[in-house]
Amino acid sequence: MAEAIREYFGHITDVVKTFYQGLTVTLSYMLRRPMTVQYPDRLEKRMADMLPSRYRGLLEVDMAVCTGCMACERACPIAVIKIATDKDPTNPKQRVITQFDIDESKCMFCGLCVEPCPTGAIQHTHEFESTMKSVDSLVFRWVADPEQPAPFYRPVKGQDAPRAPLGEILRKKMAETSWIAPPSILGPGGPKQD
Amino acid sequence: MKITLGLDSTSLTRRYPRLAILVTLFMAFGVPLSLYVAALAIFPLNTPERLNAMAQQWLGFNLAGSPYRYLVYTGFLLLVAFIAVNYTAVFGGVSTWVERRVAGRMQSRIGPNRTGAAGFLAWVADAVKMVLKEDTIPASADGLLFRGAPYFSMVGLLLPFVVLPFGESTVVTDMNVGVFYVTAVTAFVVVGILVSGWASNSKWALFGGIRGAAQVLSYEIPAGIALMVPVLMAGTLSMQGIVRAQGGYPWDWFVFQNPAAFVAFFIAVTSSLAEGNRTPFDLPEAESELVAGYHAEYSGFRLAIFLMVEWANMWIMGGLAVTLFLGGWQVPGITDEMYKAALGTGLVPSPTWFVFQALSMLVFAVKTWALVFTFIWLRWTLPRVRVDQMMSLCWKYLVPGAFLCFIVTLLWQLLVPPVGVKITGIVFTVFALVLLVKFLIDTRRNIDKVKGDRVDLSNW
Repeated sequence: MAEAIREYFGHITDVVKTFYQGLTVTLSYMLRRPMTVQYPDRLEKRMADMLPSRYRGLLEVDMAVCTGCMACERACPIAVIKIATDKDPTNPKQRVITQFDIDESKCMFCGLCVEPCPTGAIQHTHEFESTMKSVDSLVFRWVADPEQPAPFYRPVKGQDAPRAPLGEILRKKMAETSWIAPPSILGPGGPKQD
Repeated sequence: MKITLGLDSTSLTRRYPRLAILVTLFMAFGVPLSLYVAALAIFPLNTPERLNAMAQQWLGFNLAGSPYRYLVYTGFLLLVAFIAVNYTAVFGGVSTWVERRVAGRMQSRIGPNRTGAAGFLAWVADAVKMVLKEDTIPASADGLLFRGAPYFSMVGLLLPFVVLPFGESTVVTDMNVGVFYVTAVTAFVVVGILVSGWASNSKWALFGGIRGAAQVLSYEIPAGIALMVPVLMAGTLSMQGIVRAQGGYPWDWFVFQNPAAFVAFFIAVTSSLAEGNRTPFDLPEAESELVAGYHAEYSGFRLAIFLMVEWANMWIMGGLAVTLFLGGWQVPGITDEMYKAALGTGLVPSPTWFVFQALSMLVFAVKTWALVFTFIWLRWTLPRVRVDQMMSLCWKYLVPGAFLCFIVTLLWQLLVPPVGVKITGIVFTVFALVLLVKFLIDTRRNIDKVKGDRVDLSNW
């Protein structure tokens, strides 16, 4: 009987104490700064610059340091990368890359292509805002014009490849392509696109 | 200038920040304030004698002898009802915004902050969205009851406003059975819940409805008994009479005047939380168990009514507790005689009277909002209780506790002289203040426990 009474009143004191404690905890969180980062328009700097250093965003290729080894193409598990090489017609000793396409709409950002690259030509940037007016613009053609192919880069021993700053080439490319309208599904002569 | 009036309110808010702030200020202060002013202007007039006298003096029209006098009286009643209903809706909307922002910060996030300044217009956007949605009635539902259920809930929400005071004279009517009336009409809400649960012809809705019925019927008992404590202390059932029996200073409030009333206050608040289906007692709608409970099948405007009832009920719960236990609209330092003197005998009271009225309304609103904030705060602190816990809390703890408070209050009224009541009031006020300070210190300590955390109210 005495124990039952103690248990009964124990429940009451437990409830009062835990309520008190719980209310102090929630109030203390109300007075702290929320964790939320207010993307996109209330940031001190660009979101891409605030991401962790190993963030895997859109792929970028610096053709100036690409050796044309095709290791990335072989590494890609879903065949997103397409590379074609040829001989330079004017200089038979020099081989050139005539096509280097990455379909970012299919890319799964696994990072397997980055690892075998001998010069760091292909790398993940911190860019992630890949909304384009046309999905075709997500196929990044790093050799823009097959008539002006990129020559193979020969690494110099004991010297790092002079790669362009990460993200610079990509941002320039995206600024050019992101507003290109998709072809009309009705074909030419259909309603005018704005 | 090209203005794209899309449905993207965000862009408008950001494009015209000044306009957004103006609209927000208007909705946040202008609308409630104009309702308060209208209430202050019209509620005290709302007696046949006053209307007759005014018609006689200003229009030279003998209203008392006119055959159309009841039309005029009814018109005024409708005006009063219009103000009260609008106040309910605005409060319901604003409290959803407050709840979401408070909940957000308590969970280290921000909450709605895009529509209007500080996201205040989110509730207007929500309401517009709700009204625009399709109003569906399930094929196998009982159409008449399904359509009728929101009305019961709505009526249960609006009827208490007849006696719930806003201020010294701003009350629709001062019934001599006020407390009894409130406990009776708030039960209408559960009729709505039960009917909607049944009429939806869905098992989750039915579970919700049955749970709601069991819960509200159980908690009527401790609530009713606990509400009797201030009635015993004041010796009247009239809401205004109970407020007049208290005073402006905390030690004159009923909650601090005897230990039993202190306990009864918590019992009454807990029971009213359960009756209003607020977490931790939101079993009828338990979204993780019953989808949305009794309103799972509702959409559009009918759902909006259910949600509005749920949130606006907080004003009733808070207002009732403030009226009965926390001194109601009593302003410190202003006595009944001063109100009477300021009123005078003329048709239009003196400006002092209006100032006093405004002060009393402000005091009542501030106290009620403080309680509403506590309800919100409790919701984001406690998890939902189980059905058996809910039942055992009611029958094993609150009902005996309420009866004990009732008996102790009876004895207290008989045995303790007025000096003793005064001393108890001061002791309990000091105790409450000490508890508050300790509470804030403990809160501060919780923040300091985490390295690098500090009191920071930025990031809105």
